[in-house]
Amino acid sequence: MFRIVSVLLINLFFCSLALAAPAKNCVQVKGSDTMVNLAQAWAERYMEVNPGEFIAVTGGGSGTGLSSLISGTCSIAMSSRNIKGKEISLAEARGVKPYEAKVALDGLAVVVNPKNPVDKLTIDQLAQIFTGKITNWKQVGGQDLQIVVLSREVNSGTHVYFKEHVLRKNDPNSKEEFTPGALLLPSSQAIADEITQNTGAIGYYGMGYISPKQKAVAVAKDAKSEFVSPVTENVINGKYPISRPLFFYTNNAPQGQIKKFFDFCLSKEGQEIVLKTDFVPVK
Amino acid sequence: MRKIKEFVIEKLILICGLASIFFVILIFIFLAKEGIAVFKSVSPFNFLFGKSWYPISEPPQLGILPLILGSLLVTLGAAVISVPIGIACAVYIAEIAPQKVKEILKSGIELLAAIPSVVLGFIGMVTLVPWVKSIFHLPTGLTALSGSIMLAFMAMPTIVSIAEDALYSVPKNYKEGALALGATHWQTIYRVLLPAASSGIVAAVMLGIGRVIGETMAVMMITGNSAIIPHTILQPVRTLTATIAAEMGEVVVGSEHYFALFAIGIVLFVISFAINVTADLFLHKRR
Repeated sequence: MFRIVSVLLINLFFCSLALAAPAKNCVQVKGSDTMVNLAQAWAERYMEVNPGEFIAVTGGGSGTGLSSLISGTCSIAMSSRNIKGKEISLAEARGVKPYEAKVALDGLAVVVNPKNPVDKLTIDQLAQIFTGKITNWKQVGGQDLQIVVLSREVNSGTHVYFKEHVLRKNDPNSKEEFTPGALLLPSSQAIADEITQNTGAIGYYGMGYISPKQKAVAVAKDAKSEFVSPVTENVINGKYPISRPLFFYTNNAPQGQIKKFFDFCLSKEGQEIVLKTDFVPVK
Repeated sequence: MRKIKEFVIEKLILICGLASIFFVILIFIFLAKEGIAVFKSVSPFNFLFGKSWYPISEPPQLGILPLILGSLLVTLGAAVISVPIGIACAVYIAEIAPQKVKEILKSGIELLAAIPSVVLGFIGMVTLVPWVKSIFHLPTGLTALSGSIMLAFMAMPTIVSIAEDALYSVPKNYKEGALALGATHWQTIYRVLLPAASSGIVAAVMLGIGRVIGETMAVMMITGNSAIIPHTILQPVRTLTATIAAEMGEVVVGSEHYFALFAIGIVLFVISFAINVTADLFLHKRR
């Protein structure tokens, strides 16, 4: 018995040594759940090319990442939305100067069940559906069926982006809100699952989540414009109307190892990884 | 020497006993300190009875009435389902079941208590939710009813084991007296045992409800989380617990939204405190 315990203790001791050592040159990356897969892919490749350097990536949501940056517990915050004025003032009060870098683009797909005959909508129709002014599919050319609006939780950068750019159409004075009847689901996967089994549902998430079990609708800026599908080339050439930038935030301009990681992400190889993870390169 | 040993051990136990009370007080002070700040920007009346919950808008709308009603509706639904089944189950185990069946049932119920709530939530999401949707012809199966059914499973073990305990501790001569007077077995249970154990059964129900109202993970997964004032149990609801769990991770520390979430915590604390005190009163009445 004693031997087992002592072996365990010795193991524990060496493990903690092994874990403690890299912490010195370990970059903590934290934030947006949308970006976790992308940052993880970057980190893996970066660590392959630069042995001995460590990048640790964790999710939690854009706000979580930014508040960790402000409190100094991570060195890079991933965010799928711009930093808010309140967060900047909070950061400055603690002596942190947020530096912003755009690292990729993400097209937001509006998805419905494949059995739903509706396959194109204008931004205006989308706004009316998500604010609860249109409640039946027949009002937009579909079946006589109640629309079930699905949204991400308020902690999601995707939720905030969709509200500001679709519901409020970029108008800062607009007071439009998601209909209180919208189902707030905790993850993009939960939305995808509900869309799959519910013919009346409509939801939104990053292009990377589209699968054959859901149908992405084509979106037009207004009634006169052409309807555009959410595919990579339409996001790059700016034709698809609902796409958003993804950011890295650091305290001051990046230096040393953090800068090296930044440069890698924005390099040709880094941006190819962006494409592979179903996001859209910035260049 | 023995006296000193005795003294030290006694004091150690005393400290352990006081520690839990100390922690409760600390938790309450912390909640109050963070939560009361929200009333600088919204009056307590508007907070408790406001009808819109849009915490991240400018300015935020912080009315938690839909959330309170959501929590109460899910809890009420769970109680309606779990209380009759739970008590009937307790009666069967305590009075009717043969020894062997009794042991199997008891360990089964203990096993039910051991299932993590996230697992129940997941099972509910893939089986119960589509089922509720098709039976009631609803636009979505993510409703208060789905939450109630799943939470009833969670309340059941608490209700059954405490109610069974209460029935078991009814003095034997009550039962013997009733049977000697010519009452049937069912009459004895219904007219003598249940009334005699009533305070313990009420306590069991209260503790079961206490467990339901504090439950988070399962309700977050299957009730749809829309902050609307529900008119029927077949509508989606958003509960107090799910709101805190879903939003706390992302909130800007020090914002009104942050304080509002702590204030929701106070509301929850007060509700479960009231439920526990009620249960306690009934338990003491029994003795």
